[in-house]
Amino acid sequence: MSTYVGDAANAPKFQVAAKALVRDTQVRHNVRHATDVIRKKRAKVVGEMPDWEQLRESGHEIKQHTLRHLDFYLEQFERTCTAAGGMVHWARDADEANSIVVGLVKAQQAKEVIKVKTMTSDEIRLNVALEANGITPYETDLADLIVQLGEDKPSHIVVPALHRNRMEIRRIFLDKMNLTELGDKPEDLAAAARAYLREKFLRVPVAISGANFAIADTGSVCVVESEGNGRMCISLPKVLISLIGIEKVIPSFQDLEVYLQTLPRSATGERMNPYNSIWTGVTPEDGPQEFHVVLLDNGRTKVLGDREARETLDCIRCGACLNACPVYRQTGGHAYGSVYGGPIGAILTPQLQSMEHSQTLPYASSLCGACYEVCPVKINIPEILVHLRHKVVERGDAPLEERMAMKVAAYALQSPEHLDRARKLGRIGQVPFVSKGTISHLPFGLDAWTGIRDLPAIPKESFREWWVKREREVG
Amino acid sequence: MMQHFLEVFRGAEAICIPSSSCVAMIRDHYPKMAAASGDASLKRAVKNLLPRLFEFTELLVDKLEVTDVGAFFPHTVALHPSCHSLRSLKLGDRPARLLGSVRGLTLVDLPEAEECCGFGGTFAVKNADVSAAMLSDKVRCLLNSGAEICAAVDNSCLMHIGGALSRQRAGMRVMHLAEILASRDSRGVV
Repeated sequence: MSTYVGDAANAPKFQVAAKALVRDTQVRHNVRHATDVIRKKRAKVVGEMPDWEQLRESGHEIKQHTLRHLDFYLEQFERTCTAAGGMVHWARDADEANSIVVGLVKAQQAKEVIKVKTMTSDEIRLNVALEANGITPYETDLADLIVQLGEDKPSHIVVPALHRNRMEIRRIFLDKMNLTELGDKPEDLAAAARAYLREKFLRVPVAISGANFAIADTGSVCVVESEGNGRMCISLPKVLISLIGIEKVIPSFQDLEVYLQTLPRSATGERMNPYNSIWTGVTPEDGPQEFHVVLLDNGRTKVLGDREARETLDCIRCGACLNACPVYRQTGGHAYGSVYGGPIGAILTPQLQSMEHSQTLPYASSLCGACYEVCPVKINIPEILVHLRHKVVERGDAPLEERMAMKVAAYALQSPEHLDRARKLGRIGQVPFVSKGTISHLPFGLDAWTGIRDLPAIPKESFREWWVKREREVG
Repeated sequence: MMQHFLEVFRGAEAICIPSSSCVAMIRDHYPKMAAASGDASLKRAVKNLLPRLFEFTELLVDKLEVTDVGAFFPHTVALHPSCHSLRSLKLGDRPARLLGSVRGLTLVDLPEAEECCGFGGTFAVKNADVSAAMLSDKVRCLLNSGAEICAAVDNSCLMHIGGALSRQRAGMRVMHLAEILASRDSRGVV
């Protein structure tokens, strides 16, 4: 049973990672700038769609229908893809998927592979497995390339190098591409990446892709992207391996009608992706002559088994919830300790790991609801966060201070008499800390509040007491 | 607690709650909790309760059809539209309309108004660092608005925002919308 979800099993608690990140002024600045830009673009192109709400509803319904009949559609996809000349492999978990992919690459006697953006491969740490077998993976998505060359981790599911600015990217390229000079204009950086990558596109015989959609009725696979590097990967090499999470299947080609409208608008604020690649099996003498699909479970069927949380699997990885999230905005994606960050990561990562790790992630939200509002498939993320918090508490994994605080609150809120008693005790207890009606320092765990903000003292008279007195006076 | 609430307010004609997050708890979660219990009488009690439940501005604007309550409050005010009022209850312009009818009051625009202030209940202490960063954004926007007072329909946000304004000696204070509507003379709250 191997669920890596990147390095999430060894990642620090969210609040510990966040503590350092909110103090990193460069990351804060970069993330704020990037999310501001994407938010504005998204709002503009979503605002021009009169049927946006219907599209969201349809996107949700199609996914819910597919998940209810997932076994049927997966097997249909296997049949249609195989009939078109593809080979379908089933992987229960990360280790199985990694060994299938490594085996396929080794069968070609290849020492290198090119990759087009596949987060699923980060989830199962495929690059680590490839390198352990003497195979060098080259990321070709520009942002993934920046992350790989910078020996960094992705911080966003659509824009993995969002935490980097142009100066930093220039520095990474200069160091890692052995260049002597390089400007910092977007064109300069793109030209350097193009020269670096093109040589690999033409030389490397095996490519590994992810997928946005696997289409059951035609056996096709769809990848959308902005750069054309994905198009190179899926058309130039001899062998193509697509690693696909089982939740990526959709029933029919026509369903793309919905998602190819909502995905680009939500993800990058574009009306249409610059490159929409859809391919079906193998075409003789055109493109890869060997095509493999690895269908990955890795915890997804367990998510499916939880009625309250299964719509997590609706996700089409647009990243709109990350851009909208005020928590993500302060920390960037690295605080989430997983390849999947932001609100969707906060519900997906702990579930893929059967709640063994990442138990602090469901708490990495103020439940403000901005994620749900922008989600193009209407995943009620705040509700699932609350559901997962409930699971943490049920497992008895809530911290001691919290359990104690909840006991006190439960007692105080049980009846007006209890509340009155608690208030009276509080009025006595607060005396040493109150100055001019304000509390600025509290002992023990309570300084988590007063460390950054004052607290109004409990007033001499409560609303209820005032009301009773007033009624008596007025008569 | 839900049963207790249903019991206490069983006979009430209208229930007014001056906190949108409390209303959202009842409106969004009570039906689910009742359904999960499988208890038919509980489900009935919740169904009977919801039409009588009003957030403070809903009661004034929808039920009583009042926007001008005769208040006088000669101050510059910025309205923080709390997350639950905005996204759960969808109060829309109800709070702003009420403020707009207050004599002497100048309502100013709040930049990035729809961003969460970072309170979020236990979030404020469990993730104190992120909460502080969100709060610092909100305070910056509030100070940039030029207002003297930050108003909202949720005391929880206000306790959090007010706590930072007080700690930073920012020269701005927080007031619940109801306090402003209760103001009657030029000396502030009566």
